[in-house]
Amino acid sequence: MASASDEGLGFGSEDNDASISALPTEVELLKRAWRNEKASPEILQFQEDVVRNARVQIQNMEDTVEAYAEDGKDALTVSLYQMDLDRTEFLLRSYLRTRLQKIEKYMIHISKTELWNRLSKPEKEFAKSCKENMENHLKQSVLSRLPFGYQDFLKQSISSEEDDMVPEPQLDTFVFCKSKGSVGSFQLDAVGDEVVDLIADDLYVLRYKSIKPLVETGQIDLV
Amino acid sequence: MAGQSDPHLSIFSAAEVEFLAEDELVEIIPNMSMDSLNFICGDFGPFFPHIPTEVPMWLAMALKKRGKCAIRPPNWMSLENLTQVLEAERDSRREFQPLPFHYVEISRLLFDHARDDIPDVHMVRTLVEDIRDVRFHKVESGFETIGSRTHAVKLKNLSAMEVNIVRPFFVRALQAFYKHDSPQMIPRPDTASTRTNIGDLPRRDLRPR
Repeated sequence: MASASDEGLGFGSEDNDASISALPTEVELLKRAWRNEKASPEILQFQEDVVRNARVQIQNMEDTVEAYAEDGKDALTVSLYQMDLDRTEFLLRSYLRTRLQKIEKYMIHISKTELWNRLSKPEKEFAKSCKENMENHLKQSVLSRLPFGYQDFLKQSISSEEDDMVPEPQLDTFVFCKSKGSVGSFQLDAVGDEVVDLIADDLYVLRYKSIKPLVETGQIDLV
Repeated sequence: MAGQSDPHLSIFSAAEVEFLAEDELVEIIPNMSMDSLNFICGDFGPFFPHIPTEVPMWLAMALKKRGKCAIRPPNWMSLENLTQVLEAERDSRREFQPLPFHYVEISRLLFDHARDDIPDVHMVRTLVEDIRDVRFHKVESGFETIGSRTHAVKLKNLSAMEVNIVRPFFVRALQAFYKHDSPQMIPRPDTASTRTNIGDLPRRDLRPR
């Protein structure tokens, strides 16, 4: 890891909510990913680059802190570096954990839809084994003891035409959001004639479904 | 895990909102010398006695707790400004005055850990609390305007902690109106169960989960 020692340190820019568009640091990108992931009802695209870079920086910082402690650098400085490290690690862990919670909740729905492609490789493995375990467990403990016709893992009964025992994220829910740049007038509903003028930095409460594309392209941030 | 909120009830815990606020910059006046700190979240310092410099709140708090600096309260926290904001807040019935997005958390952190750095701390604290109360009252009366035709709500200048407090109620209210408003209400697996007719087999609807 010695070769990467200075790569993780030189990101200096103001950490200010209003100026996120200026030149975001890795931490700001991670923070944004974390906030969006926490606030959106469905799982979002895995931020591979952001996570990879955060990991590199955390690793570098761990090495730095270790080296400082060994060199006998003053305790205050070491503890401050450790705090910075802890904060970044918290963000990363909480981001990954938030995603795992969504995967656990919606594992079947995710594995049946295009949402599957939003998972990272380890997340896919987790979702797969999670689903298998759940299925085995339910079959052994409950389903096998139910009368014929009620034993399906995904259906209420044999008469159900579709999988109606699969929890899905509720996209009709409302979310708080802020647009970064001016998005301009924006049609809320496919059917309705509601049009909203989204002004930069103003806070809105909108239906997730209607702003979903803007969240996915990063034009709008959830708060 | 500590600090991790239950995703079903409220999205962010108060501690997490405070965590975000701790990244806001504040000016400190160190009383010691220290090299620059090259953090993952940015570079700060170098620090010299009596030379003001900007650092994130969390760093300011850490140094303050160890007696290494004084904190210069942000301009918006002055008596004059807060008095003005409170008046304006009372004067306009619908609009919120512009305050920092994290004003609740920042003022709280400073009141808790840097009382001696804030001139007229009691007055300032009372003013901030009054402003919070007036704003919250406005939010509450704003709830009354929500109706079945509400598809979007604009909350200009509402702050992070205020958002977090009203979120559960606000979202549920809007959802309820939306749900009852839509004529072709499609039952969702998360909230409702489907009933399909099936011959003469006795069957009960099973609620998922």
